[in-house]
Amino acid sequence: MTERWDAIVIGAGHNGLTCAAYLGRAGRKVLVLERSSTVGGMAGMRRFAEGCSVPGCAHLLYHLNPRVVADLELQSHGLRLAASHLPTVALDENGGHLTLTERSVDGPGISPQQRAVYAAFMDRLRRFAAVLAAAGETRPPRLVSDQWRDYLTLAALGWKVWQLGRDDMRELMRIGAINIFDVLQEEFDNPLLKGALCLDAVLGTHMGPRSPNTVLNFLHRLAGQTGAGVAVADGGMQGVISALERAAVARGVEIRVNTAASRIVTDADGVTGVELASGELLACRMVLSSADPKTTFQRLLGPQVLDTGFNRRIHNLRMRGTAAKLHLALRGAPAFRGLDAAALGGRLLIAPSPDYIELAFDAAKYGAGSEHPAMEITIPTVHTRALAPAGMHVLSAVVQYAPAGLRGGWSADAKAGFMERILTQLARYAPGIREQIVSAELLTPADLEAEYGVTGGHWHHGELALDQFMMLRPVPGAAQYAAPIPGLYLCGAGAHPGGGVSGTPGRNAAQAALAGGLRR
Amino acid sequence: MIMPLRDRRLLETPLHTRLAAACETQQWYAWKGFAAVQCFTTVLQEYFAIRNSAGLFDLFPMTKYRIQGRDSRAYLNRLVTRDLSALKPGRVSYCVWCNDAGQVLDDGTVFCLGEEDWRLCSQERHLDWLLWSAQGFDVRIHEETTELAGLAIQGPTSCRILRNAGAAGLEQLPPFQHAAFTCAGVSMLISRTGFTGDLGYEIWFDPARALAVWDGLLEAGNNHGLRPIGSQALDIARIEAGFIQAGVDFMPAEQVVRPDRARSPFELGLGRFVDFRKPGFNGRRALQAEQQRGSRHRLLLLDVEGSHPARDAFIYNRARQVVGTVTSATWSPSAKANIAIASVRTPWGRDNDGLWAEVYYRRELQWEKVRACCRVVKGPFFDPPRKKATPALDF
Amino acid sequence: MQRYDAIVIGAGHNGLTNAAYLAKSGLRVLLLEKNPYVGGAAVSRELHPGWTYSNCSYVCSLLRPEIYRDLELARHGLQVIGYEGGITFMRNGDYFGNYSDAERHHREMSRHSRRDADAYERYASDVMRQTRLIRPFLMRTPADPTSLKRRDVMELIYMLRKYWGLGEHALYDTLRFWTMSIGEFLDEYFESAVIKAHFAGGGIIGTGLGVYSPGTAYVLLHHYMGEVDGSIGAWGFARGGMGAITRAMAGALRSYGGEIRTDAEARQILVKNGRVQGVALANGDEFHADVVVSNLDPKRTFLKIMDEKDLPPDVVRRARNFKIRGSSGKLNIALDGMPTFTAVPERHPLLVADLHFIDSLERMERAYDDWKYGRWSRDPYLDMLIPTQVDPTMAPPGKHMMTVFVQYCPAKLAGGDWTPADRDAFARTCVDQISEYSPNFKDLILHMEVRTPLELENEVGLTEGNIFQGELTMDQLLFNRPFPGYAQYRGPVTGMYMCGSGTHPGGGVMAAPGANAAREILMDLRRPPIVPGDTSDD
Repeated sequence: MTERWDAIVIGAGHNGLTCAAYLGRAGRKVLVLERSSTVGGMAGMRRFAEGCSVPGCAHLLYHLNPRVVADLELQSHGLRLAASHLPTVALDENGGHLTLTERSVDGPGISPQQRAVYAAFMDRLRRFAAVLAAAGETRPPRLVSDQWRDYLTLAALGWKVWQLGRDDMRELMRIGAINIFDVLQEEFDNPLLKGALCLDAVLGTHMGPRSPNTVLNFLHRLAGQTGAGVAVADGGMQGVISALERAAVARGVEIRVNTAASRIVTDADGVTGVELASGELLACRMVLSSADPKTTFQRLLGPQVLDTGFNRRIHNLRMRGTAAKLHLALRGAPAFRGLDAAALGGRLLIAPSPDYIELAFDAAKYGAGSEHPAMEITIPTVHTRALAPAGMHVLSAVVQYAPAGLRGGWSADAKAGFMERILTQLARYAPGIREQIVSAELLTPADLEAEYGVTGGHWHHGELALDQFMMLRPVPGAAQYAAPIPGLYLCGAGAHPGGGVSGTPGRNAAQAALAGGLRR
Repeated sequence: MIMPLRDRRLLETPLHTRLAAACETQQWYAWKGFAAVQCFTTVLQEYFAIRNSAGLFDLFPMTKYRIQGRDSRAYLNRLVTRDLSALKPGRVSYCVWCNDAGQVLDDGTVFCLGEEDWRLCSQERHLDWLLWSAQGFDVRIHEETTELAGLAIQGPTSCRILRNAGAAGLEQLPPFQHAAFTCAGVSMLISRTGFTGDLGYEIWFDPARALAVWDGLLEAGNNHGLRPIGSQALDIARIEAGFIQAGVDFMPAEQVVRPDRARSPFELGLGRFVDFRKPGFNGRRALQAEQQRGSRHRLLLLDVEGSHPARDAFIYNRARQVVGTVTSATWSPSAKANIAIASVRTPWGRDNDGLWAEVYYRRELQWEKVRACCRVVKGPFFDPPRKKATPALDF
Repeated sequence: MQRYDAIVIGAGHNGLTNAAYLAKSGLRVLLLEKNPYVGGAAVSRELHPGWTYSNCSYVCSLLRPEIYRDLELARHGLQVIGYEGGITFMRNGDYFGNYSDAERHHREMSRHSRRDADAYERYASDVMRQTRLIRPFLMRTPADPTSLKRRDVMELIYMLRKYWGLGEHALYDTLRFWTMSIGEFLDEYFESAVIKAHFAGGGIIGTGLGVYSPGTAYVLLHHYMGEVDGSIGAWGFARGGMGAITRAMAGALRSYGGEIRTDAEARQILVKNGRVQGVALANGDEFHADVVVSNLDPKRTFLKIMDEKDLPPDVVRRARNFKIRGSSGKLNIALDGMPTFTAVPERHPLLVADLHFIDSLERMERAYDDWKYGRWSRDPYLDMLIPTQVDPTMAPPGKHMMTVFVQYCPAKLAGGDWTPADRDAFARTCVDQISEYSPNFKDLILHMEVRTPLELENEVGLTEGNIFQGELTMDQLLFNRPFPGYAQYRGPVTGMYMCGSGTHPGGGVMAAPGANAAREILMDLRRPPIVPGDTSDD
């Protein structure tokens, strides 16, 4: 033990890097530990076939916090957007696709009246999302506290809601806790349109359209899209990660890849260091973990160090991944029936109706994969040619539902069976796609768990639901980033405000840690 | 319709036939679902057996857990507030355990049977909490309540009676120590522990031999004043000894519904059993914060003016504000005093700061009320030297 | 044409309670009922000679004791007899019995899981904490959080103080409880499937949600916040059936000088210049009053008996979007004798209580899946009782009456409307499930009344046959019930009020909505407050 760090950040995903960069900016001596050979975590790139790379997990930029971009000067570190305000195409088997943008919807069977309803509906939800986004900018308040700051945060939030005006406020209180299915039922009758919106409300969650909390997830998704809408960075997600990495390094942060933390070391007063898988012990004053809460508390820290009630809360944290990731290397661009090649740069959804998704989810409830999965498809090579050799394309799709706790486990057979269902479904929309496949890969939640060390393979490090939201995220007692053990902070997506390539939890955690002061 | 035994409201302990035969009053109560005796003959006779000769009490319904495995010591040390890291096999330790907020879940005795073999005896049942606490520890936890019979034999002649029944060398056993003996022809574990604050033992054995042990002990105690005692006599003795009881003097924290009803060890006068020198135990952070901030409640032993037991009485300060309530009260036949255990809000009860109890009692169907001054007493009302003397003296 | 001070539409328990309080205050009150009898969904009828069926609601717990006492219902003939617990029969031939005696309860739980038996203490106190929190709000008018009126602000502060008084961690647990599913909530306490299934029932009864739908933990609370003789969460039988409750209420109303007209179906609430004028009946009669109170559900009130042009457009829209889904059916069965159950001895004390035949949350969730897609549950959740074991008035001696509540049963089938053949098949599904556990049951059936949501709607007038007059989901609770901005019992037209279960605090034969609405009406009329407020003691 020669060196002593001010802070060690565990995990070099987008939140870990953001957190480290903020700490570095404040003059702290920071070390980032990353178990894999590259930085990026779930926002990193993955080479899955000869010459072909895809975003390993997140493939679209929804949430990147503009304050993080500004504070860390990410643009000067090379962050550029290749595309922004990407449209969404709700695929129809027979080619009657709908195109959705932030305020418009077009396609067969959409009446001018429906168009107006859509614009008004999305405007209203975006106003709600703005409140949510504002709530995401600060440490969640404690509801009973000896600090004025908590009550001020609460009051500010209340004021934000009040500012919506009486009608919006009532509507927010009405729909905030319920399901997207019922809300859409009130507004729309086109099943394809409803299906597309439903998918946005359930992506990455263990929920179906009829599950309450799906409105919350929908708003969370919208909350990040204030600036550029749905976007893709230059170079794909790698562009974001590289900029964050450079921003961190420029602020004196040291990043060690291929270095897995195996244990957070404590004494009676709190954190003293991190033990590596190699056995090496690194001393530090505080540890910020961007690993998910279960990994952080149950594996890295160990329940023995924590109180029983807290362990029980962590145990009960719901993080059952249901989203799988499909990667295809294709000979040429895929041809979806009736879809203009120019539209391939958008988000393509296979979610023909709310019931389709709900049925797909029903299977997951009982530990089976969906018979007819729903998908969010992107063709990253449209925006970043370099991801595949000339003439080839890669397809990246989020596929639901593939439950982490599949009955019988994700054996090779189970995986092949699910892959077959996905391809069958894809081929209904893009008939020639099977023949175009050069290489294919499916990452089930079990694979994501192994690959990224995230419990249950859950994309958001814990279900986003009202009982795991704000001052309840991930659990009471650790919802203000500080863990019950002095010197330990959570800085990953398991903390407020949650998942998405936003950097917000990392930023907020760094601020909480800096405000908490250096120990000893 | 006659319900099968399993479905009856009350179960019978292995000693039921003997208890029923001796219970002249037919006064029973339910103890964890078992029929237990309140009083066999008269409360005073039984009480004086405890203080003057010896009383025999059936402990079968007491909750008992066996905790075994490589991490059992570490596990228990994290569970309870007292430091068990140096407790040797053969020792017994009185402990409390708390939830995260540092509020007491229960108190009980921890027996170190071996390096990796422990027993926990308590008033309430905690399997759920014990199993939740086992995350990350290599331990096996097994409830052995109905697999192990227990008898308390308490009072000055208790040692002699057990020795008469065959427990040779028992007098050498110091307080809070246990050892194996053969007694009344049955092999058993005897611990010098009890709930009376007097010389006394608790004996633990196979329930199948319960009748033999009971008969053997009564025979051995025939000339030494041994008699079965019920819960009422025991209750007087434990209040005299200043022992608190879960569900009477404090609410087990996980059963609390209303805010401010749970109590910390400090608030129960058990601060000496909280050891901050050991690194991690349940509630440590909260208790440390409480120590800095100060507690909200205080448990008092009170000597109450007059002779009417101050049961359920409010405690007032000089300004006639209610500052607490009595949780247990009795007339102490040994101290010849009117004694009580009370929980009051801080800062009251630090000294004799003019607390008084409003005591109600009934005379010829009419309720009377007295305002009784309360004197705060340090230490138990009854604390004889024979309690600790080793070797135990014959009386 | 006749003039009254107030007209109440619908003689269910809430309409009766409302009218009784208005009459008690000295108003001239007319209560209109479309059926030839009073009672609404709290009714008992002889549909098979010698047998009385409580053919809608069937047990009683939530009826507010304040109202019971205040309207002197006992003097008007009501007696409620408490019962304990229930049984869940298991596929493996065993059962789980839920006893009220704590030790017997513990022993029975231990038989299934020792750990669960101990965890129950924590569960019971955690649920009781929530119950304590909610009960004071039952007899209060919800605050409008968007209003700056003194009364709303004060009420909001009262509410926040109650919450805040819980302390930090209990407050977080409360937030979680209100937003969790009953399944996930129970998963946090118990490991035994049958124990979870037994306790989950209260989370879905009458509700178009599954055990894993967030929000159902609150629905559990709704079934747990009642009381019988001070025993919180206990349920009881009304001697003579649930109709005894409304009969007693009608007696109270008449004793205060109120008038009841049966066979008097309201066609329309008459409105002129934004004020109510009275009510026109289907037969053409008109009655006039400055106050008209509707005990009908919000959809019927605003879309059927009010004219769209009299209403603000947002009320019409909200009424259309109001969630009132039929999700329950009911069988009422006359039995030739007491059925026996293979798992338990005859005359087992818990046979008096709720009997269930579904032993895992997964089976319950699958029952919900059927309903989602417009099918009745193939393996439904039944809540079955045989009240004649305690009540000698409902069947001839030695004979029995059985009431079987069925969850889930959709108002509309996927293939179209209910046909008689569908109804028979639905009944068979339920009877078959019971027969698995009671071999002689089928042979004892003398007569059976089958009620799908359709019958409930047509006979009682509950839209879609929803027993709560509207789902108990977050968007329709407290200040959102029935609609945001109209949760204080006042309708959008001056002089028009709502007093049904579609208003706060909701359904369950509680009578609180009727009483609360009366309190608001009397306040508007500047009459002395005679309606009891929250008197629940700790």
